Amino acid sequence: MVEEAIADLYPGQEMRCPVHLSIGQEAPAVGVCHVLGDQDLVVSGHRSHAHYLARGGDLGRMLAELYGRASGCTGGLGGSMHLTDPEAGFLAATPIVGSSIPVGVGAALTAQSRGTDQVIVVFLGDAAMETGVLHESINFAVVRNLPVLFCCEDNLYSVYSPMSVRQPASRTIHDLAAGHGIRAAAGNGNDVEEVVSLAGEARAAIRSGAGPFFLALSTYRWREHCGPYYDNDIGYRTPKEFESWKANDPIEVLASRSAWTGREEATLVIEAEIRQAVDFAMASPFPDADTPLLPASEV
Amino acid sequence: MTRRIGYGEAIREALDQALAADPDVMVMGLGVPDPKGVFGSTLGLQEKHGPDRVFDIPLSENAVTGVALGCATTGLRPVLVHQRVDFTLVSFEQVINQLAKWRFMFGGRLSAPVLIRMIIGRGWGQGPQHSQSLQALFAHVPGLSVIMPTTPSDAKGMITSAIESDDPVVCLEHRWLYQIRDEVAIDRYRVPLNRARVMRSGSDVTLVGVSYMALECLTAAEMLEGAGVSAEVIDLRSIRPLDDETILDSVNRTGRLLTVDNGHVVGGISAEITAMVVERSFDQLKAAPGRMGFPDHPTPTTPSLADGYYPLPHEIAEAAARLVGVGQTFEPGELGDRRLDQPDPSYEGPF
Repeated sequence: MVEEAIADLYPGQEMRCPVHLSIGQEAPAVGVCHVLGDQDLVVSGHRSHAHYLARGGDLGRMLAELYGRASGCTGGLGGSMHLTDPEAGFLAATPIVGSSIPVGVGAALTAQSRGTDQVIVVFLGDAAMETGVLHESINFAVVRNLPVLFCCEDNLYSVYSPMSVRQPASRTIHDLAAGHGIRAAAGNGNDVEEVVSLAGEARAAIRSGAGPFFLALSTYRWREHCGPYYDNDIGYRTPKEFESWKANDPIEVLASRSAWTGREEATLVIEAEIRQAVDFAMASPFPDADTPLLPASEV
Repeated sequence: MTRRIGYGEAIREALDQALAADPDVMVMGLGVPDPKGVFGSTLGLQEKHGPDRVFDIPLSENAVTGVALGCATTGLRPVLVHQRVDFTLVSFEQVINQLAKWRFMFGGRLSAPVLIRMIIGRGWGQGPQHSQSLQALFAHVPGLSVIMPTTPSDAKGMITSAIESDDPVVCLEHRWLYQIRDEVAIDRYRVPLNRARVMRSGSDVTLVGVSYMALECLTAAEMLEGAGVSAEVIDLRSIRPLDDETILDSVNRTGRLLTVDNGHVVGGISAEITAMVVERSFDQLKAAPGRMGFPDHPTPTTPSLADGYYPLPHEIAEAAARLVGVGQTFEPGELGDRRLDQPDPSYEGPF
């Protein structure tokens, strides 16, 4: 609903930063974050809104960030692609594909060296499997037995490039990861209950000292790679494919299976929260022109 | 209380004292705990401080730079060591996109106190991919401090400061500096990361030397003295930020500037220094500023070609004399038992 609100507001040209919406990919974020403890940390990439929100990141400060306001979660310096809410356990998101993965591994090294029982979740996409840094990072996490849960959301496309031009059909994402000696599993990323189950088991194993875990979750991006619109008409994927995934909407999948009472009330509450957050963002001032932009430490 | 120790030993002492003083400090890098200990600069640290705080890494410089950042932003103070500058290049993505911008792009809510040490090779055929001196590349990026300590004393003090800095610092160490010895205080001390140092006072010309070239400038200054030219020598030490004031103070007195970089002239730090001086002290200049450094091609491997690659003291002296209007030529210094690709006869291959 937040993402739909952003999509509705975005054409107003006041959110002046790229946005990569998570619509359709809610279940991995919600399912994985559902099993986390207060001290666990989450790291993400360019499509991070769902991860930030599922982890409990402040909605008002996120929207203020998209609107470039001083009250944004990075004071307007980062925008949609650089969300952070450390107090909520959402450490950082940065948009270069693969680039934030080792940062999560480093946070896990801190956890290990301090003897905390934190688990660090690193969200990544299928295209990150094609980056060198992903493999370097998994290798490092395995060698040092670090408490990391790598969670790969496989949405089939890197911008418009399909899997067929990027990865061999004969190889699965979790098999590729498993080649590093990491325990790996795959699941339906549109089934939040399955995600909860897989992530819960993975987190428990990591906390027991069994080392890092890799989870591949199949899901689908409903809207364009970057921006508020649908783009099934431009030819890189078929409307039929989209419709089949839409019929597999993670929220409806959950609703159809459980006796979900109170959905209407919950919807009203969320709508009110969104309105409040948008109002907060719009009422917030832009950063002053004399804001110190690189607060360097003095040595 | 001081005693004479080498550059590597001074760095080792800085790391040792930082590890002892702060449980959050860690040292990682390829070969850090190996029998050579990165030219002695990390010897014995793992034995003393344990494998959880001082450790070797997979050959994954890019990811490990991100790992260091992840450690740093969650409270640790990692030191990452590369045996050559050239090896760092595969981690540029992390250094430039992440480390340098970390504090900025999260609005000051996160910080990245990482020190990256890297060593510049020279001599014994280090060649195109083992002798690059890329301080200008790092210095181009806002958010990084870039230091090049020349003396063992500064190396210890600046590395101590760099580890305590709350922002990322890149330290480039010339391999040949590991051959020099200096009076270094036993106690822990700090040298600022943003100040140049006047090594020798003079009144006719200012020589700004970068890293090993500061020592070559000192030798040149001695040659110049014999010709009646008084040269002031500044050891730049801090590449970013530049210590404008120390440089300007000197040039305003001498009226002449010769920058000798340990790096390429084109697009290099010498251009930045020259531009700064011309912009701010144009009317004090008695001659057009000069620049020396590496030529506009990669480092050749064979000694017969590599010997002409680096500025030598008598060439620096001649260039400085020309600025002063003295047409004097200078003889190369006595090499004694060494070749030009050795800092001294004890420096033998393979390194």
